[in-house]
Amino acid sequence: MVIVGKILVLIGSIFLFLGSLGIFRMPDVYNRLQAGTKATTLGAMSLILGVGFMSSSFLIKSIVLIIFIVLTNPISSSTIARASHKAGVPLVKESVIDVCKDNVREEEA
Amino acid sequence: MKNFKGFIIFVIVLALTWLLLTGSLGKDELLIGGFSLVLVAILFFGYSDLYRALKITPKIILFYPLYLLVFLKELIVANFDVASRVIRPSLPINPGIVAVKTSLKDPLSKLILANSITLTPGTLTVDVKDDTLFIHWIDVKGKDVEEATKEISGKFEKILKEIVK
Repeated sequence: MVIVGKILVLIGSIFLFLGSLGIFRMPDVYNRLQAGTKATTLGAMSLILGVGFMSSSFLIKSIVLIIFIVLTNPISSSTIARASHKAGVPLVKESVIDVCKDNVREEEA
Repeated sequence: MKNFKGFIIFVIVLALTWLLLTGSLGKDELLIGGFSLVLVAILFFGYSDLYRALKITPKIILFYPLYLLVFLKELIVANFDVASRVIRPSLPINPGIVAVKTSLKDPLSKLILANSITLTPGTLTVDVKDDTLFIHWIDVKGKDVEEATKEISGKFEKILKEIVK
């Protein structure tokens, strides 16, 4: 059990590291959020589960924590993305399409 | 009482959360938990309306685990996908915002769908307007609504339809 926990913690830290690297490397707010949300969700899940495996009294609590993280993490990043889009933060210029912007223009016209 | 079903689900969710968090069936914990449960349930009675979308049929016993499995698989795939993009020196991204139509009506169902989309490969929900979800896609594969819908939300929506209205 302890070894499984250690492996999970290691995997979690790797994903958290990759998530931070993604935030650093990605070109605009939305791509950064993508890297930030996904990698940190799985990273935190794996890390917390790992701690749960290492000390079994925490196992059930860690699962509850994971449920809360899965429920709240995407909401926060969606909200940040929505706010940035409403505030007019531009997409990186390599972007191929922005349907949302077209809609806003149609409504204004 | 028109939200009776929603209220019952609300109470069950609260009770389960409390039991899992305390992790004990001791008299004191149950007493405090029961007291807070009643208090919270009365205070937030108006919001229990949220749960009315959940269907209660024998089928859900099969579809809840199925949804969870599909979701977990997509979550792990998403992570490897984003991680591989981040590591590669060329940073292969082809981003854009596309629209996706959904047939789900209830706010809770749309919330679950939007959240699932945010946690799956290369997609991030930016906005929801009525039956249209605007999604930032890190690697745009189809620009029109039908293609995007099929690619992004198709697999979730099929299962979600069985669970929620």
